[in-house]
Amino acid sequence: MKLGSLTRHLGLAAVALLAIAACGSSPGGGSASCSESAAKTTTSAASCGGMDALVAAAKAEGKLNVIALPRDWANYGAILDAFAAKYSIKITSDNPDGSSQDEVNAVQQLGTTSRAPDVLDVGMAVALANTQLFAPYKVSTWGDILDSQKEPTGIWFQDYGGFMSIGYDSSKVPTISSIDDLMGSAFKGKVALNGDPTKANAALNGVMMANLAKGGTLDDITKGVDFFHNLKQAGNFTPVQATTATVKNGTTPVVFDWDYLSAAHGTDVPSWKVFVPNGAILGGYYAQAINKNAPHPAAARLWEEYLYSNDGQNLWLAGLARPVRQAAMEKAGTIDKAAAAKLPPVNGTPKFMSDAQATAAKNYLVAHWLAAIS
Amino acid sequence: MAVARRGFRRTRWIKLQVFRYVVFALAAVFFLVPLFAMFEFSTRGKYGERTLQYWQSVFQYPDLIDWNFGPAPDAAINASLELALITSLVMLVLLVPTMVWVRLKLRRLNRVVEFICLLPLTIPAIVLVVGLFPMYLWLGTNFSDSILTLALAYVVLVLPYCYRSLDAGLGGIDVKTLSEAARSLGASWFSVIWRVIVPNISNAILNAVLLSVALVLGEYTIANNLLYNNLQVELVHLGRTNAGVSIAVAGASLVFAFVLLVIIAFIGGRGRRVYAEPAAVFAGPLQGSQA
Amino acid sequence: MTVAGIPAVATRAGRPLLGGRRFSLDWLGTVPFFAYVVSFLLLPSAIIAIGAFESASGGITLDNFSHLSRSYIVKTTIDTTTLSAVTALVGAAMGALLSYAIVTGSPNGVLRRVVVSASGVLAQFGGVTLAFAFIASIGPAGFVYLFAQSHGLDYYAHGIWLFTVPGLAVVYLYFQIPLMVLVFLPALDGIKPQWREATESLGGTTWQYWRYVAGPILFPAFLGATLLLFANAFSAYATANALINQGAPMLSQQISNALSSEVGAAEPGFAKSIAVEMIIIVTLVTVGYTLLQRRASRWL
Repeated sequence: MKLGSLTRHLGLAAVALLAIAACGSSPGGGSASCSESAAKTTTSAASCGGMDALVAAAKAEGKLNVIALPRDWANYGAILDAFAAKYSIKITSDNPDGSSQDEVNAVQQLGTTSRAPDVLDVGMAVALANTQLFAPYKVSTWGDILDSQKEPTGIWFQDYGGFMSIGYDSSKVPTISSIDDLMGSAFKGKVALNGDPTKANAALNGVMMANLAKGGTLDDITKGVDFFHNLKQAGNFTPVQATTATVKNGTTPVVFDWDYLSAAHGTDVPSWKVFVPNGAILGGYYAQAINKNAPHPAAARLWEEYLYSNDGQNLWLAGLARPVRQAAMEKAGTIDKAAAAKLPPVNGTPKFMSDAQATAAKNYLVAHWLAAIS
Repeated sequence: MAVARRGFRRTRWIKLQVFRYVVFALAAVFFLVPLFAMFEFSTRGKYGERTLQYWQSVFQYPDLIDWNFGPAPDAAINASLELALITSLVMLVLLVPTMVWVRLKLRRLNRVVEFICLLPLTIPAIVLVVGLFPMYLWLGTNFSDSILTLALAYVVLVLPYCYRSLDAGLGGIDVKTLSEAARSLGASWFSVIWRVIVPNISNAILNAVLLSVALVLGEYTIANNLLYNNLQVELVHLGRTNAGVSIAVAGASLVFAFVLLVIIAFIGGRGRRVYAEPAAVFAGPLQGSQA
Repeated sequence: MTVAGIPAVATRAGRPLLGGRRFSLDWLGTVPFFAYVVSFLLLPSAIIAIGAFESASGGITLDNFSHLSRSYIVKTTIDTTTLSAVTALVGAAMGALLSYAIVTGSPNGVLRRVVVSASGVLAQFGGVTLAFAFIASIGPAGFVYLFAQSHGLDYYAHGIWLFTVPGLAVVYLYFQIPLMVLVFLPALDGIKPQWREATESLGGTTWQYWRYVAGPILFPAFLGATLLLFANAFSAYATANALINQGAPMLSQQISNALSSEVGAAEPGFAKSIAVEMIIIVTLVTVGYTLLQRRASRWL
């Protein structure tokens, strides 16, 4: 038994060596081809023989693994379909409800296997904590991204974002013009957060937005937690998970959520409105990263190129998210004006949490959230 | 329990029927009202009108089914059906002989087997998958990373339920007597299990199969966290279209599983309770059932 | 021809046995089962248990276990155990009654097969959709509540109990009862009508029949099924998470927070130590169940 398994392992090793040797010598390609091993480490399309070579290499790979991209999140459904159709690459979309941490867990646990995720779309906290897992890459439109929204070598780069908002069904609750309206008796058992703030990024930002609206600062989330405590005492805060179904059914007619996610409820509820309190414009961007051990490196890089092309950015815009190249595209006139006009209006200067502020908020929440909402 | 319908037992029979109908009525209310709520919601349109569009979009989803049943199923329903089949078979082959053997020969191991068969249920699936990852990595690199390897984990997941059902069935027949009688008549162990024990616990086996098929069709967490797309994962994808579809899809999944289980119950279960009386053993182990 | 008294050894048919070493041969019969279980259950469990001793930087630590004494973990443990016990006992009792109602009907009938198939489906029905089914029916915007409210019965006047742990128990019964039906029905099938007739012919009443004849036979299966229901509720995650998404009141939700938190509160080692705690609790309950069974078999 032992000898048999030894010879089998030796045999596998021999086959593997032969395969690597065969792959290493690319079949007589010229300088305009992007081989598998080159694609793994290339930091831009140019250095791998140009866009056409990248496209050819990606098509040769034929597959792309993505993770945690629900179809109704910032119009990802349309983006996945468009990419698959344009390049005839089969996309495997896994774990649609996964969190950013789940994406990183999957990358770590699946290592170098062929089912590991190729690309990630994660929140900033998770991106900054896991840079050792990513491969640096600069898309062709790299220059359009502000320096504050990308890592200099291309380990991560922000993709789209929005502002934290209060979405509500205007046919079930009165119009909201200030956050204090939520304390009224018309909102009994109707206000929900999108998740638990000690777990979900969107919920943490929801509490921080309430904090800012009640006069707090980015460094101290106390007023936000107190607001939800009072909301709970008044009987207005509901702990149930807010889904499209509970919104349409009327169980959670008021939801704290990113404006682009909130706007999606409009397809189910025609009277859905999105409200951002004055002086509490809290923005949050997500970031793209490429798995260092991506099983389909060329396809992964092509995906990034597509997302940051005008087509990709406009598709995100159609999902009511604000793409990171928005300012540059408006200047160049390549933006989809009709979609841009539909964005929820924002009056004032947006604020963004730094990593340190987010950590401080998390620490306070872990210590006080449960007691506040019990 | 067979009902004795002798005249002077009439009052007891009436009481029993009243009891049955009350229980069924209460059960019907408790179980059907939430299902009705789901159905009502999934046919409610944007403006409150009745519509079947959400149910229609479920059946029009392309990745759900295709007629390629094989070792590399493309569509989610195919994968889940094949997984259900493999899981049920492996579970039966693994559990029935082992449980019979332990009852006959190794009574001391009974508690050990019972505890092991309860263990998969004590660990929430979300953390069990963390422990399964290394195994699946090894399987993926050395054998296959097909979605059908999920069956190996699913057999473990159904162990608690199937063990209970089979244990209840085996407890109701006299395994020792039956097997000794069969062995003394010259049967091999395979015959004892296949031709003597199994027909006598056919109801328990049927219930175990129903449990395991239902579990495999409804399993989400392990497949999702191992990054496989089985039926439930695809339905979550599909459900993200809008609210109506998310509930229609769940309803369709329930209906699908129900229809499948009814078919299995009608084909597999002959519905007969075979009493392991000594007389039956001497006359032949299959007397009383038209196996 | 006698049946008893003949050692179960066939010298012609079947496998030849080594003389006198039946001990080792008997163990062989369980090898496939144990080999399978070791690879796909015990090994993952061991990986989880070992992971509970790992710190964030990769060293060995007992911190994860000491974190189990955090006050909210203690409360969550008590709540989860209580909820599981209550839904197990209530679900077992109701499920047993429903099983009895089924089994007293025609054994080949359509009713039995349909109810058993429905039980199979509903026993595995859970998660976000089950939660929504209850929300849409008896929830604050559900038609049952609106109907009751319009007729004067406002059962949420003192707070929406559906989104609290007691409300969760009601929802859990939805899959506990069908599960009980499925695992207990085979035990009821084993009750022979002759026993009832014998009891009656000896002058026994219905109560005496259940207390002295059928009850003791069914008790082990009933207890085993209750234990299964306990473990089922104990590790349930998705339904609890859909109904009470804030504050992680169930242990499985605490594990999920520790594994998947994307705001930086993820502690994978702690998640594993909670899992180990859950295994220990169910082990203790199983020990209790074993002792109870042994006791009961003496009383009954």
